[in-house]
Amino acid sequence: MGRDEDNNFAIEVSDLTKYYGQFLAINKVSFEVKTGQTFGFLGPNGAGKTTTVRILTGVINADSGQALIASYPAGNLKAKQITGVLPETANAYVDLSGWRNLLLMAELYGIKSKEARQRSDDLLKELGLYERRNDQVKSYSKGMKQRLVLGMALVSDPQILFLDEPTSGLDVQSSRLMKIMLQKLNRYGKTIFLTTHDMDEANQLCDQVAIINKGKIVAIDTPERLRLATKGRHSVEISFQGSVKPETLAQLSGVSEVERLGDKYRLYTNTPGDLAVTLVNYSASVGLKIVALNILAPSLEDAFVSLTEKEHSHV
Amino acid sequence: MSELVRFQQQFRRSLTIARKDIQIYYAKGPVIIYGVLMPIFLFLAFTIGRSLPADLMIPGLLGMILFFTATAVSPIIVPWEAQARTLERLMSTPVKLETIILGDILASFIFGAGISIVPIIIGLTLGITIASPGILALAIILSSFCFAALGNVFSTPPTNTPATVNMIAAGVRFPIVFMSGVFIPLDELPIWGQNIAFISPLTYFIDIARNLMHGQGHLPLVIDFLAIIGFTAVFLIVAMKLHRRTMPRRI
Ligand SMILES: Nc1ncnc2c1ncn2[C@@H]1O[C@H](COP(=O)(O)OP(=O)(O)O)[C@@H](O)[C@H]1O
Ligand SMILES: [Mg+2]
Repeated sequence: MGRDEDNNFAIEVSDLTKYYGQFLAINKVSFEVKTGQTFGFLGPNGAGKTTTVRILTGVINADSGQALIASYPAGNLKAKQITGVLPETANAYVDLSGWRNLLLMAELYGIKSKEARQRSDDLLKELGLYERRNDQVKSYSKGMKQRLVLGMALVSDPQILFLDEPTSGLDVQSSRLMKIMLQKLNRYGKTIFLTTHDMDEANQLCDQVAIINKGKIVAIDTPERLRLATKGRHSVEISFQGSVKPETLAQLSGVSEVERLGDKYRLYTNTPGDLAVTLVNYSASVGLKIVALNILAPSLEDAFVSLTEKEHSHV
Repeated sequence: MSELVRFQQQFRRSLTIARKDIQIYYAKGPVIIYGVLMPIFLFLAFTIGRSLPADLMIPGLLGMILFFTATAVSPIIVPWEAQARTLERLMSTPVKLETIILGDILASFIFGAGISIVPIIIGLTLGITIASPGILALAIILSSFCFAALGNVFSTPPTNTPATVNMIAAGVRFPIVFMSGVFIPLDELPIWGQNIAFISPLTYFIDIARNLMHGQGHLPLVIDFLAIIGFTAVFLIVAMKLHRRTMPRRI
């Protein structure tokens, strides 16, 4: 209460708990998202991400705990008014045109007609849908539909944006466009709450990530710190012009395991720097050309797997 | 923000929702099937061969068409939206649950009130006179809203299959039509038949229409109107209460 004035949290969640019948879907989930942050909410399927988003967007009620959106209780009209939502499996109205869908959303947020038209126009252009704006959404491709649905979340110019797996199953162009738009929105100071199981996406977009597993938060930190805290294995990735037997590589000093990935090998090691030198020397000595060589630290994906796999291994 | 401003704001958003429903549903099957084809076939089936005078027949036809059309889409909008995966986003916008429900009812109401012009024109060409067009218009507006609200009650079970809801709705629609004095004027029904008729809102609309077209109804107009308003209030309250419980289970 007392800190309403200088409150710089866009989302505050404490001890949020939700049961479906007997099943505990989320268990005392707590976290805070600062205004202007892009917050990644990561977790395997069934972890409780969508349940959390639905509570925060006022679509379902929690059984206990508190969720505040810009200090308003989640579900309150004032909270909804400043929120844009892209639900996990949402569609546009397929019998209406893309243009009508955007105007409909704008009207539901009480945006004045002139402004609504202007924003719809701008968004349709930005989303690459302007030429098809008067066609029924039925006739759109999946990527076009998903871009439109993002537009529907943005047309009210929300301060806080909830996106539930926005790029899952999208074609490369649409998902790139979406990432670029999210980065731009973040530069404009919007707060973005993004659930995903795409670690690259989280790594590129998020200031802060929370990892949820089986309804419980298991880690909250910056992607970089999560990565560094993971006692994962370092590795060197290398590809050659010409063929090399993996057994040969396995015998090089410092290599603990060799994995073949398409046209390259990944060599796990505790001493990646030394191994890189060894590899270069070896190639020179046998006259092999190196096409590419990369030293890899544990990825966010490694962090994610190590934080969630114990619970996950029996699945 | 004052309550009044908030109320106006939500009401405007209800109208937005109603317009969306109309744009989506006017061309779809239910309106045409339940609003036009069904009443006409039913009516022909029951009146051919009987010599009911037009001023008794047209009120029944009007009531039946109004009833079928106003209840044609309101039962299926919510399950349809849930199935089409548009409901969750609608629920996340700054509108109250009541605003959504009212919007859906308004759309259905407009279909019902709009199509009632057809049987009225038929009646006029058959030489019917309407004692007081203003009162008839008021009765059509109130009743269409009442029936639309009833239709919405049918959509409260948490099923997302429009066909299931249609079955539930049909199971109520047909009995209502048969017990409301559509084919047989109330005065000619036995007492037990009249008692059953009084639990149907359609009865009161048809009674008003007979009063205005035939010159004589069974009940005073005021009673008819009060009954329709009372039914509307009950349907609205039941719809809102039940939807509040079942809506979150749809997504
Ligand atoms: N409406 C529901 N009824 C019953 N169980 C549900 C319902 N929605 C989700 N669940 C269950 O709750 C768990 C969390 O689901 P969800 O929040 O959708 O996970 P995520 O989005 O992380 O994949 C899952 O085990 C899912 O099966
Ligand atoms: Mg999910």
